[in-house]
Amino acid sequence: MNDNEQLYQERIVALAKAKTGAGKLTSPTRTARRDNPLCGDRVTIDVRLDDDGRIAEIAHQVRGCLLCQASAAALSSVAVGRDKAGVAELRHDAERAIGREAGDPHEPFTAFAPVRAYKSRHECVLLPIEALQDAVAGASEG
Amino acid sequence: MSFDVAAVRRQFPILSQIIDGQPVHYLDNGASAQTPDAVLDAVRTYETTGRANVLRGVHRLAERATEAYENARVEVATFLGVDPLEVVFTGGCTAAINLVAYAYGSLLKAGDRILLSELEHHSNIVPWQLLRSRAGVELDMVPVTIDGRIDLEMLPRLITPRTRLISLAHVSNVTGALLDVRHVVALAKTVGAKVMLDGAQYAPHGPADLGSLGIDFYAFAGHKAYGPNGVGVLWARAELLEAMPPFHGGGSMIGRVTLAETTWAPPPRRFEAGTPPIGPAIGLGAACAWMRGLDWAGAHAHEMALVQRLMDGLQKIDGTQILGPASLQNRYPVVSFMLDGVHPHDVAQTLDSFGVAVRAGHHCAQPLMDRFDLDGTTRVSMAPYNDNSDIDALLTGVRHAARTLR
Repeated sequence: MNDNEQLYQERIVALAKAKTGAGKLTSPTRTARRDNPLCGDRVTIDVRLDDDGRIAEIAHQVRGCLLCQASAAALSSVAVGRDKAGVAELRHDAERAIGREAGDPHEPFTAFAPVRAYKSRHECVLLPIEALQDAVAGASEG
Repeated sequence: MSFDVAAVRRQFPILSQIIDGQPVHYLDNGASAQTPDAVLDAVRTYETTGRANVLRGVHRLAERATEAYENARVEVATFLGVDPLEVVFTGGCTAAINLVAYAYGSLLKAGDRILLSELEHHSNIVPWQLLRSRAGVELDMVPVTIDGRIDLEMLPRLITPRTRLISLAHVSNVTGALLDVRHVVALAKTVGAKVMLDGAQYAPHGPADLGSLGIDFYAFAGHKAYGPNGVGVLWARAELLEAMPPFHGGGSMIGRVTLAETTWAPPPRRFEAGTPPIGPAIGLGAACAWMRGLDWAGAHAHEMALVQRLMDGLQKIDGTQILGPASLQNRYPVVSFMLDGVHPHDVAQTLDSFGVAVRAGHHCAQPLMDRFDLDGTTRVSMAPYNDNSDIDALLTGVRHAARTLR
């Protein structure tokens, strides 16, 4: 097996292909966009928040690589019901999965463990989560 | 006699490396080329037998350093077909363009116009945008044709009597398109505009005869032209350099300094403030000498045969598309492509696992990506030391990406 197959393992490819949450919301409460100026990847996240500032609906548009798409899909599969603090937990999960924080990540972020060895690709996984954090930032006050 | 690529490869020690059991298929020369023994030896000789600062010392090491540094300037000048006193060593190609944007730019007035193109590298866009903020000059952009060339048919409509400078890529770092320089120069002359070329992707493919092109400024990078990192070259006509104020102030660039005022050294020293990149410049001189020693007719034919092999191979893979000229006419060995359904970064990462180094992304040419509504491309950029095995390994990797990632 070559290194590539170690990175692009079935679970990551399946997450990207599933495209969970791909698209736009018709009337989002908030929208946030993040760009990675180094590679040009761009993620836009729409969220609809309920009265408690919890995510009721989420959608994402990714112009980026397979890792970025997989991350946005993973995120979308577990974001509903979370408030700002809950989204911060997802960030920790992603950071743990790629080895930037100690501890075991929750599902589905274990899928990103192969990215650990590819430092130049870490930001591909984090970009959607950063966009989501922007989208829910200040939500509890709002 | 055919071009002996094996003999060229032997001069580049990095190419004989085995990494994780695989040979190095280096096809990212447009980002940074590899360095031959001749360059490594020249730098080592300086560092081990003549390392000292230039111009100021009277001791023997300083004499050696100064002589080697000035000889390097002569080598670069010979390579470009110009006078050594018109050659300024800079920190790189970007630094050279910034020097012109600042120093020549300071001679321009609000309302003067500078003509660029949609396919320029950011380093030939952003310095001019900074000048626009500082001095109120206006920027005009030549559009790009569907096959990735600067659309010269649009030039006559964009050149105005206020156009002072036309600054374009000699070869596109994305599409490989070669500029028709004479056409640009002829039009520039009709309004008295100066012409600058970003030669970053041209210089690594053989000596230029700048004097015959009729241009005014030329910039290129050492590390893309088989030299060390940290050095670049600005060439400008003597009368332009003479008219330009300094960019950076400091040691070496002065005539006389008093607390009240300072006079400038003549060019090129006026533009080389502080200690220059001595070792890298010496290495670049050796790289220029090395390039002059190469059979470029053979090397270019060899490079373009690789381009043909690559384009033929890509065409056989479902869903590939080339961004750039489809023929070999007026193009250089830089080939960008897209693989439908697979992001360029995933293509490049896959290629790395086959030992193939390429660049993926926007290539510091985001306006060009916007023009074609692309996230990016995968770019294959070749040098004379590349061979068929490099292209074949790449094609194997692209086929693998097509099979597994979509």
